[in-house]
Amino acid sequence: MTDEVKPDKVVDARGAFCPGPLMELIKAYKQAKVGDVISVYSTDSGTKKDAPAWIKKSGNELIGVYDRDGYVEIVMKKSK
Amino acid sequence: MPGKISILMVSGTIDKLMAGAVITSGAVANDMEINVFFSFFGLLNLKKDNSFPQTLSYEGVPMTDQMMKVLKEKNVPSWLDMLKNAKETGNVKVYGCALMADLLGVKKDDLDPIVDDIVGVGEFVSMAEGGQILFI
Repeated sequence: MTDEVKPDKVVDARGAFCPGPLMELIKAYKQAKVGDVISVYSTDSGTKKDAPAWIKKSGNELIGVYDRDGYVEIVMKKSK
Repeated sequence: MPGKISILMVSGTIDKLMAGAVITSGAVANDMEINVFFSFFGLLNLKKDNSFPQTLSYEGVPMTDQMMKVLKEKNVPSWLDMLKNAKETGNVKVYGCALMADLLGVKKDDLDPIVDDIVGVGEFVSMAEGGQILFI
């Protein structure tokens, strides 16, 4: 899926612990433009649920959650 | 409508300061307004001269060395860095307690720049009105 939707920004938060990856995603989101696709990589076990929950709650679009080799990739679109 | 959390950071041990910084981050992620009020040993931990000894916890003492080692090895950011990051990202205000500051002769300039102001308890309670208060 992510091969089709090319992210405008990739946040590589691998190695950081809760709440690091989520906070980095939010920071990137604040700097992004509406319509931008942001992808976050995380090795932290909380992010897989935390990040999608935040993306939905904040009124943005969750494009997908993907299990990669040793990490999780979460892709969102800034819709507001 | 986003809510509000006001946290009293009174304990000066790393476990509790870190818990407060993590909760602040979570509240930022939920778009909440957060006031963090440092008093007693918490306030001493914000002194720029680092004169207050950093202690992990008064509980679970036999685990202390192991826990400190893990935090260091895994490059977990310090509670202060975590709090700074939360403040850069969201609506976080950090205050020092006027009572403690007066008793200890601490001025705003003696404290880490993360501190927005030194306020009295009346002002803090007024800021906290309508939200939740956590005492850590």
